[in-house]
Amino acid sequence: MSLISYLINGLSLGAVYAIIALGYTMVYGIAKMLNFAHGDVIMVGAYVVFTAVSGMGMNPYLGILIGVIACTVTGVLIETIAYRPLLEVSKLAVLITAIGVSYFLQNVALLIFGADTKSFTSVVTFKGLSLAEGRLTVRGETIVTIAACILIVVVLSLFIKFTKPGKAMLAVSEDAGAAQLMGINTNGTIALTFAIGSALAAIAGVLLCSSYPALTPYTGSMPGIKAFVAAVFGGIGSIPGAFIGGLLLGIIEILGKAYISSQMADAIVFGVLIVVLLVKPTGLLGKEIQEKV
Amino acid sequence: MAKKIFNKDTSTFFIVIIAYLAVELLLKTGNLSSLMTGLLVPLCVYVILAISLNITVGILGELSLGHAGFMCVGAFSGAFFSRLVGDSIAFGGLRFFLAILIGALTAAVFGVIIGIPVLRLKGDYLAIVTLAFGEIIKNIMNVLYVGKDVNGIHISFKDTTSLGLDPDTADVIIKGAQGITGTPKDSNFTIGVILVIITLIVTLNLIHSRTGRAIMAIRDNRIAAESIGINITKYKLLAFTISAAFAGVAGVLYAHNLASLTALPKNFGYNMSIMILVFVVLGGMGNIRGSVIAAVVLTLLPELLRGLNEYRMLIYSLVLIAVMLLSWSPAAKTFRERYLGFLTKNRKKEVS
Repeated sequence: MSLISYLINGLSLGAVYAIIALGYTMVYGIAKMLNFAHGDVIMVGAYVVFTAVSGMGMNPYLGILIGVIACTVTGVLIETIAYRPLLEVSKLAVLITAIGVSYFLQNVALLIFGADTKSFTSVVTFKGLSLAEGRLTVRGETIVTIAACILIVVVLSLFIKFTKPGKAMLAVSEDAGAAQLMGINTNGTIALTFAIGSALAAIAGVLLCSSYPALTPYTGSMPGIKAFVAAVFGGIGSIPGAFIGGLLLGIIEILGKAYISSQMADAIVFGVLIVVLLVKPTGLLGKEIQEKV
Repeated sequence: MAKKIFNKDTSTFFIVIIAYLAVELLLKTGNLSSLMTGLLVPLCVYVILAISLNITVGILGELSLGHAGFMCVGAFSGAFFSRLVGDSIAFGGLRFFLAILIGALTAAVFGVIIGIPVLRLKGDYLAIVTLAFGEIIKNIMNVLYVGKDVNGIHISFKDTTSLGLDPDTADVIIKGAQGITGTPKDSNFTIGVILVIITLIVTLNLIHSRTGRAIMAIRDNRIAAESIGINITKYKLLAFTISAAFAGVAGVLYAHNLASLTALPKNFGYNMSIMILVFVVLGGMGNIRGSVIAAVVLTLLPELLRGLNEYRMLIYSLVLIAVMLLSWSPAAKTFRERYLGFLTKNRKKEVS
């Protein structure tokens, strides 16, 4: 029975990773850059919702909406100011500005909210399920997280497959130059991708802090790195890959913590990533890129 | 063809030596604050780290996000050695010299072990795997227990008691998350500068050697390099290993400057690796002199901004973003060429 409860916890954590990883993977797919500040956008979202709900006593749903809007604006601003001028020039230069943005967001949060840990009140109001005559309880947060993750993946896949902006995103990620020649507004599409990724980060932040209520300016950074690992694990650039990678990573982390060693959990997660990449160098669902002379 | 004496490489040495003499002068006259004095050895550590990472990122052209891992290996193996021999080598200089060799060697061995699988990957995948290895190394150091007694050395991954030490002669050297305490403080600024100069000599000679040119050929076009008979794996691994070895040297220097050495996210985590990468990219990839200057300036910047208290890291991050935008974006480049062309006119155009 404990195995099942660990698996459910793993799925819940994995679902959060998957939502963050979706943002990573979409941005990578379209801009070919590692957005190191993505993890800190999660933290921004969590702080905004925390202020709105716990600080001002707003309705949680309204709070989440404000959080999503704030993160979307932050994401688009970051892209326009800090990334866009460099995207065409050098991927490494963008990586460094992304690191700068990450420091910036952390320090702004540090100035506004201080370094002490804030206790995040869960936005999920309904009680968990009690299964198998009370021997197995599933928290409400867990159910909401997993449901939200599945919903997001389905909606996002449909959006990319069937709508015009979605198809434009596919086209830009395939070949930005050709897409521009076909009349697609590439800059607008990239901005849209950042907007969606950051909105997802806000949701992930709320879900993460509802399950693990400690909120500090550095809350986003480790889940951000883990989600990045999840995105690479599943094959970076692929939406189903990010979903599967996130879930697997969450399960591995929780099981590793429970059965092997709680201190070594991170090492196990990274170890699995290394093994997967050595066997399949572009991740589980990644495309093989043929090298040309 | 006569070589100019004052070329780019020798100027790097001049800069280091002049900076060293200036600092010594300030120290002798007592004009250096205690804060700055405490920063001198870390400064050498960061310079060595930046130069060594530049071998991987600038010369070999592979993005590594796990450089702090090699520093960690070097720091722990060097400090372990110094603690192990303790006073049996009475002369601190010799002990430190041996510790440096051991730290460099251990880091190099890890460089080979990690390099063989990692260098098969490309681009961002390689970056994430180096990050993963760095985190694993840090994580393992946090659960590693090593002790010695009359029977020899015992290793455990659980706790102190499971080492099974003989209680009378027990000496636990590495205590898991508490790390190594009581490392002799063998390093000082002069030794640090000597190590920086050695690193510079080796790296600059490497770049100008046949080997270095082969490595740069791989960076510029792997397939073309392979087609003229350059052994890709060998040279990639060589560059990666040298880079790791010098990170190990920096680690040993770092460890012998501290009374207690612990593997925290702050000093050996990916944040540290990223900070070194920032030095390298800001200084210019493949530009060794740039790495030295960037490492010094960026280490001193937060300290110089200390008067601004809590705003200093905020300003640091803004400076970082602004410098990247101003030095790399096409708009800034055209602006420089149009209005500030006279500043750069005499300079040779660098091959990008």
